[in-house]
Amino acid sequence: MTKKTKKAKQSELTDSGLIDITKKKFRWSEYLAEKIIKGTAFLSITIIVLIFFFVFRESMPIFSTAKATAKTEAAMENQAEQETYGDVTDKPKVEDTQETYGEVKDVSATADSTSEAYSVSAGSGFDDNQTALKSILTKDWVPVSQKPRYGIFSLIIGTFKVTIISMLFAAPLAIMAALYTASFAGKRLKEIIKPTIEMLAGFPSVVIGFFALMVMATFLQEIFHYDTRLNSFVGGIAMGIAAIPIIFTITEDALTAVPKTFKEASLALGASKWQTAFFVILPAATPGIFAAVLLGIGRVFGETMIALMATGNAAQMDLNPFTSVRTLAATIGAEMAEVVFGDTHYNVLFLIGSLLFIFTFILNAIAEFYVKGKLMKRIQGK
Amino acid sequence: MIKSFKRNIKGILIEGMTLSAALLIIAIVVVMVTVIVIGGKDQISWEFLTSFPEDGMTKGGIFPAIYGTALLVIIMSVAAVPFGTITAIYLTEYAKENSIIAKTIRFAVRTLAVIPSIIYGLFGLGFFIKFVGTNVDNTFLGGHLKWGQPNILWASLTMALLTLPVVIVSVEEALKTVPRDLRAASLALGATKWQTIWKVVIPGSISGIMTGTILAVSRGAGEVAPILFTGVAYYVATLPTSFSDQFMVLGYHIYVMTTQSANVDKTMPIQFGTTLVLLALTFILNISAIILRYRIRKKKTD
Amino acid sequence: MIHEKIHTENMFLHYGSKLALNDISIQIPEKKVTAFIGPSGCGKSTFLRSLNRMNDLIDGVKIEGKILIDGINIYDNNIDVVTLRKKVGMVFQKSNPFAKSIYENVAYGPRINGVKDKKQLDEIVETALQNAAIWTEVKDRLGDSAMGLSGGQQQRLCIARTLAVNPEIVLMDEPASALDPLSTSKIEELIVQLKEKYTIVIVTHNMQQAARISDLTAFFYLGELIEFDKTKKIFTNPDKKQTEDYITGRFG
Ligand SMILES: Nc1ncnc2c1ncn2[C@@H]1O[C@H](COP(=O)(O)OP(=O)(O)OP(=O)(O)O)[C@@H](O)[C@H]1O
Ligand SMILES: [Mg+2]
Repeated sequence: MTKKTKKAKQSELTDSGLIDITKKKFRWSEYLAEKIIKGTAFLSITIIVLIFFFVFRESMPIFSTAKATAKTEAAMENQAEQETYGDVTDKPKVEDTQETYGEVKDVSATADSTSEAYSVSAGSGFDDNQTALKSILTKDWVPVSQKPRYGIFSLIIGTFKVTIISMLFAAPLAIMAALYTASFAGKRLKEIIKPTIEMLAGFPSVVIGFFALMVMATFLQEIFHYDTRLNSFVGGIAMGIAAIPIIFTITEDALTAVPKTFKEASLALGASKWQTAFFVILPAATPGIFAAVLLGIGRVFGETMIALMATGNAAQMDLNPFTSVRTLAATIGAEMAEVVFGDTHYNVLFLIGSLLFIFTFILNAIAEFYVKGKLMKRIQGK
Repeated sequence: MIKSFKRNIKGILIEGMTLSAALLIIAIVVVMVTVIVIGGKDQISWEFLTSFPEDGMTKGGIFPAIYGTALLVIIMSVAAVPFGTITAIYLTEYAKENSIIAKTIRFAVRTLAVIPSIIYGLFGLGFFIKFVGTNVDNTFLGGHLKWGQPNILWASLTMALLTLPVVIVSVEEALKTVPRDLRAASLALGATKWQTIWKVVIPGSISGIMTGTILAVSRGAGEVAPILFTGVAYYVATLPTSFSDQFMVLGYHIYVMTTQSANVDKTMPIQFGTTLVLLALTFILNISAIILRYRIRKKKTD
Repeated sequence: MIHEKIHTENMFLHYGSKLALNDISIQIPEKKVTAFIGPSGCGKSTFLRSLNRMNDLIDGVKIEGKILIDGINIYDNNIDVVTLRKKVGMVFQKSNPFAKSIYENVAYGPRINGVKDKKQLDEIVETALQNAAIWTEVKDRLGDSAMGLSGGQQQRLCIARTLAVNPEIVLMDEPASALDPLSTSKIEELIVQLKEKYTIVIVTHNMQQAARISDLTAFFYLGELIEFDKTKKIFTNPDKKQTEDYITGRFG
């Protein structure tokens, strides 16, 4: 077939040669492939937007009730013109008044919002949500009770406590190890250190949590003699172990990315190896190291399984490293499976999730843009 | 003289300190592995790997957990690998290196990589179960509750989102190792862009796609937080046979056995055994990924 | 009269803001070997790449002026670039076979053109390999990986791969620069044979090579076409002093 057509073309060979290039072909497969690939690539962005949207959406009812309250208040003010109110609704009068009555009571209860406000536990979603919103900024986390309270302060404090402990442990360790690997280590040692770190990065957090719970907790208790076996210290160290690979890898990348000329110049000036490492390479890599620590913090902040297994999970609010804590992530992990979908408790857990999401998002954004900005400056400056 | 001696001391101190940091990390890893291997090795037997839990999980094996884990990572890969690969292809083949779109996508990918896994769990619950599932139930099943609850499909898809960046990053790295020359050769033969990608670029980066898949599988096999409330179950007497079934996985099994079981001491050997199985699984996967990646990088420098 | 295959008029090419080709006007005849010579960086490859629009792949390339092939401006809007590249094939400096078998390398072009029939493919592959003077060396191992061939064989395989698409013009960018003398002479012989069927444009740094195989020679310098004439004339009695200096090695 093709041969024939070609021959036919050949016979009418003109100036344009054998192959005609002037007919722009529309290639369906090409067009589709490009569109599909492009569309799929946007998936990553879409997912982030969706996560943002859906995690927030499920926490929204708390706030929307706040709006409902405002409406009720407005309604109450309008109560003088009773007919208007009655006109708007088509419901039977009795029910109508009942409802109004309920709402009024509701508002009056929140109006004198002392600690008494919590006692409005009639069980209706409205009451519950209002008190929930009020109680969020307190320190009592008692979600399952006659009068549930959702104070996330103690959870936030607990999370920060664990995060700080883990960073105090992991950051220096990982950074020093990275400095050693980048500046001092021979080839052999490098070939042991790097795969080991990579292996550690592959450890499931539930395995690290298991190790912390079964072995480390007892071991550390014997050294430090504290009372509660599982506490923020044990949890912090365990999460630190989980964060080491991240900090190490990014730091090491930053250190090795320092231009060779820096190093050579320093050595040429008579500085020794360690001086070069410490006073030239390390400072040049600070933005990268900063980013490494930020991402390490992000990792620990949202760590769930280790927190569930090793921190003791009691929402206490103090600054003692050896007391049990309950972190934000662990709270979601532990309680979400037991809540009623759509319940206030459920919404509050999603609210906590939103907080975690925003926090890690910001950390990552800072790490990205700060580092990029700094590096650009450095490149342009020199 | 004295000055240089002081200098030396400092140098030795610093080198020693950084070395000990590196050694300490290695020691931690070695201790963890050793403890888990010693604690779990007597438990491992064909029986343990292939039988169901018995007596309220105080005896018997972990077969359903292994099976569930395998099923989870398979469904997950089927979803994550094509999407991740296509995204990587877009970034290397279609997008201009410094275009805003490419930058935004890269930022999104890195953000996805740092979002805590528990958030994925929340998303899975809010999106797959409560939004998609419930709507499917209401529109197609007349409100009969089937998809609007946790199951293996939703759990796997949630995990797929979590592992998407892992795939994208590995595949992108591999695509970049395919020489420009080969793309040029193909185009100069009158191949279209897509033909070039399909016949030259993708075959040239198969090992990278495999690395990405293995790393994603390893990650997915070990993560628990995303599936806590999207499909995993404490105990199910039968293996999952449909997408709408709940299932068991190794990681969650470890978690429940250590924290929720009535008799933690009695089940200690099972806990160690299960942990060893999970660790060995992720270890083997990671090693193969490391080796594969090492080969790819070597090819690049050749 | 000899038919003009390639014709450019007042052609300029910029890489971003850098001028790489400055006012090139040239007429290249059909079924002849035309050689491009000139010092490194003078724009030979750039010019070659613009003849089958491989420059489209490079960001920031701007082209002005006319480039006509068979009287048609190949930068016009209605040009199908994919078809253009079938018509104007290219052999690169560094041999770049695909990591496939010898057979699949040659069959690649026909396959993407939709040739599926096994017999027809076999035929095309054999003809192409014969035309590229490598058939006898590989006919017993068509299924082996192309990566196992020697450098010279790989380059001839790449030529076969280009020929299998049945182009009208073959552009060669220093096709023999990375090869040993024996392989080089084989490729030179091959080029001389090929001009019976194809219009050939070849970039070379090897003056003797240009003199041996080409009918016409163009001398480029700093992005400009200094002189273009019969090879004999260029090498014996060039009009321009720069050309003479370059050819006699008295350059710079
Ligand atoms: N992709 C590119 N981007 C920017 N400038 C380029 C690019 N490719 C080539 N150039 C520049 O254009 C000019 C011509 O380059 P070209 O490769 O065409 O020279 P050449 O004559 O083929 O040299 P050689 O003999 O070394 O191959 C050079 O100055 C080169 O630096
Ligand atoms: Mg060149």
